[in-house]
Amino acid sequence: MLATHLHEADSEVPCKEGAASGEIVYFSTKSGNTHRFVEKLGLPATRIPLSRDEPLLKVDAPYILVVPTYGGGGVEGAVPGQVIRFLNDEHNRSLIRGVIASGNTNFGTAYCLGGRIVADKCRVPLLYRFELLGTADDVAKVRKGVNTFWKHEAWKRQA
Amino acid sequence: MTTAQTMQDKAPRLSRVDAINWNRLQDDKDLEVWNRLTSNFWLPEKVPLSNDIPSWNTLTAQEQQLTIRVFTGLTLLDTIQSSVGAPVLMEDARTPHEEAVYANIAFMEAVHARSYSSIFSTLCATRDVDDAFRWSEENPPLQAKAELILDRYRGDDPLMRKVASVFLESFLFYSGFYLPMYWSSHAKLTNTADLIRLIIRDEAVHGYYIGYKFQQALAEASSERQQAVKDYAYELLHELYDNEVKYTESLYDAVGLTEDVKKFLHYNANKALMNLGFEALFPSSVTDVDPTIMAALSPSADENHDFFSGSGSSYVIGKAVATEDEDWAF
Repeated sequence: MLATHLHEADSEVPCKEGAASGEIVYFSTKSGNTHRFVEKLGLPATRIPLSRDEPLLKVDAPYILVVPTYGGGGVEGAVPGQVIRFLNDEHNRSLIRGVIASGNTNFGTAYCLGGRIVADKCRVPLLYRFELLGTADDVAKVRKGVNTFWKHEAWKRQA
Repeated sequence: MTTAQTMQDKAPRLSRVDAINWNRLQDDKDLEVWNRLTSNFWLPEKVPLSNDIPSWNTLTAQEQQLTIRVFTGLTLLDTIQSSVGAPVLMEDARTPHEEAVYANIAFMEAVHARSYSSIFSTLCATRDVDDAFRWSEENPPLQAKAELILDRYRGDDPLMRKVASVFLESFLFYSGFYLPMYWSSHAKLTNTADLIRLIIRDEAVHGYYIGYKFQQALAEASSERQQAVKDYAYELLHELYDNEVKYTESLYDAVGLTEDVKKFLHYNANKALMNLGFEALFPSSVTDVDPTIMAALSPSADENHDFFSGSGSSYVIGKAVATEDEDWAF
């Protein structure tokens, strides 16, 4: 299977598939920090494949990208290669609506740098930042915020 | 832990030495972290510490003594990690590449420990430094935290060695790291703070990697063993935390910073737990570190990126940059 779809049975979130709502697209390495954060959100989500041998992920609906930054250093290498590959597809790129970034403040100026770069390049807002697995507070804020965000997006489309 | 339980963790240890082949990886995380650590390599000689001499001279005698004591405490932790922690983890390694990463960590911790002596020789009087080293040998909470960690390193449970190591890397340093961040936020000892930030960056990768290896090993254990290790980890954190509060009071009560340092401890204890794959313990009501300290740590950390709450002051949007495929070229 290309991607992991997360639909938690006990999810209280009213986010449904369809024109009015989008989904989460995320990248997570083997350490799985971002994967676990997305799992806790309980929102429809698709994981960008870790292996470059797997076929390119193609999306068909607007989405919010969750992207981690590992380790310090400069702009080069701040966005994971798999995320670059995914965004290099023009159709995929045209559907991005916002970015959620994860990282570690220990990395100083490079804290969440990958997310900031993607938001800048794609001209979409950097919606939220969290560290490592995210705290319960982070999960609650993002879950609520994402649902409100899609409602506003739908209103904008109708207007 | 019974001997039978710990034996199952010992089984996959490397039993012989083979020539390491970096082109055949059992776990590509080893190479990813090796590359990260080697590209982050630095030496204290690259930081112009002598530019801090005028600033050092503006500190009161009490503030200077506090700073030297904090740095001797940090030196002790780095020494433990370099000469005991990383070497015992090497014995538990599952791949030759993991051993090599611990060799890097052991050396880098020696660089950290050496850096504090560079700061001392640049800024301080020899007699004051000798006094502080004597203080560090006699300070009960500092000695107690060293013992709590060394006991686990010398114990027979490989999983608890990793737990202790992550707590050292991601929690115990921060009562000390607070002070140079505090000085930096007051525009004092800014070059020293630059050096400390390099150490802080390294410790994050160390905590992340050791925590990752811990999670790999824990996932293979029985559910009873998993629960026992988790309980034991939280128990150790509580023990270390109680001691850390005493250590913090012994240092910071005199300058009135204890309460804010404790928030920094809570914030970092949560991150240490997350590196082990466990949930944060301290609620956000007690992790609200002074924003100027957070900004000293990470310049953009105090900017509000909570777009969702409607209070976002500085979220990034729309510089009109045309995005072409080649912009992303690797």
